[in-house]
Amino acid sequence: MSEILRVENLWKSFGKLTVLKGVNLTLNRGEVLVIVGPSGGGKSTFLRCINHLEKPDRGRIIFDGQEVDESKININQIRSKIGMVFQQFNLFPHLKVVENLTLAPIKVKGLEESEAMKKARKLLEKVGLIDKIDSYPSQLSGGQQQRVAIARALMMDPDLMLFDEPTSALDPELVGEVLDTMKSLARDGMTMIVVTHEMGFAKEVADRIAFMEDGNFVEEGPPEEFFKNPKNPRTREFLSRILNV
Amino acid sequence: MPYWLEVPIKSFPYLLKGAVATLEVTSLSVLLGLLIGTFVGMGRLSRNPIFSRPATVYVEFIRGTPLLVQIYIIYFGLPSLGLNLPKFPAGIIALGINSGAYVAEIVRAGIQSISHGQYEAARSLGLTHWQAMRYIILPQAFRNILPALGNEFIALTKDSSLVSVIAITELLRAGQIVISRTFQSFSVYFAVALLYFVMTFTMSRMVRWVEKRLAIP
Repeated sequence: MSEILRVENLWKSFGKLTVLKGVNLTLNRGEVLVIVGPSGGGKSTFLRCINHLEKPDRGRIIFDGQEVDESKININQIRSKIGMVFQQFNLFPHLKVVENLTLAPIKVKGLEESEAMKKARKLLEKVGLIDKIDSYPSQLSGGQQQRVAIARALMMDPDLMLFDEPTSALDPELVGEVLDTMKSLARDGMTMIVVTHEMGFAKEVADRIAFMEDGNFVEEGPPEEFFKNPKNPRTREFLSRILNV
Repeated sequence: MPYWLEVPIKSFPYLLKGAVATLEVTSLSVLLGLLIGTFVGMGRLSRNPIFSRPATVYVEFIRGTPLLVQIYIIYFGLPSLGLNLPKFPAGIIALGINSGAYVAEIVRAGIQSISHGQYEAARSLGLTHWQAMRYIILPQAFRNILPALGNEFIALTKDSSLVSVIAITELLRAGQIVISRTFQSFSVYFAVALLYFVMTFTMSRMVRWVEKRLAIP
């Protein structure tokens, strides 16, 4: 397996609050990594540092052999290869679903409109929302919006997909459809980093689970081992808290 | 027909010509104000002080000084520095620079009203800062600030009467010329007021119409 992402000694502070404290990570192509951990532990910040939505204070991020550093490379080109799905969906409310999908491929990659349309149709078929192609985001349910957001990210043919608590803002009955879309993505071989509290999803889909607390990974491993036999006491405490509700 | 009524009716075509001049001056300064205001508004929000400082100084200074004085500076003051502007451009530039400061504050509020997640989503797809502004932030901000912009344009229409002091024959000055010949101040000024009202009321309706047309479902 070939390496797609390597993070070395990543630090990030907001004012006096140090959120990431020397995080290291390697990820191989096709791998699905699920990050769990308590709120405020740095999971989202870590994800947002990977595509430089937050600028790390220290450390290196190497994506597909290139160091992610705004002074050395074109950050927009890197970002177009890293799809991101947000907790709040962040669809563009003034654009139709299809325009949400085609805008970036046309403007960033210079795709012809007809090509972009064809691709958008294909991806909307895939996430089961082809009948919503001319709707506006506000006319969709939360789950549908998030599936559109996933399709929008896929339009750029990303080599890596980042999911930042993609189901946390959804009504419980809408969580399943989004997780199903993500599962099928994982089956297709997409490389994914998923920050989530959905332990069922983690168990079923993850190749590796990593537990992040207080700005660093405390423990990581394959799901069976992680859930059955957590080594770190803090992991054990966290798991007992969320699994025994 | 009594004389007081005859005067405004007979001089109506002349007043109308003044109203057309008012519309010309106003629409050109609205465009200038929008252009200045959009960039200054974005500049105010820039993290780079090279942009934000001058933008702040501009807004504060223009808002803190009378429009009449600004008109005097541009039309009567600049020539002593060797810059002679004809009265029409001078009036439009003065009004545009003035309106730009108010529009900048409206634009700033409009941009701030859009959630930061919109900008992040755009950037995460690989759009540049300017593309994110152009396609995602400004179109949404513009919809939100349309009512405030409408207010500003209406205010500007009325404020344009101030350029009568530099001998631009817009509506107010046209009225004053009629009065100087006929001494019918009440009925002529009233006709002038009515014409202003027709213009501003039409504008407020037009803004409402645009608002409805652009509304996001």
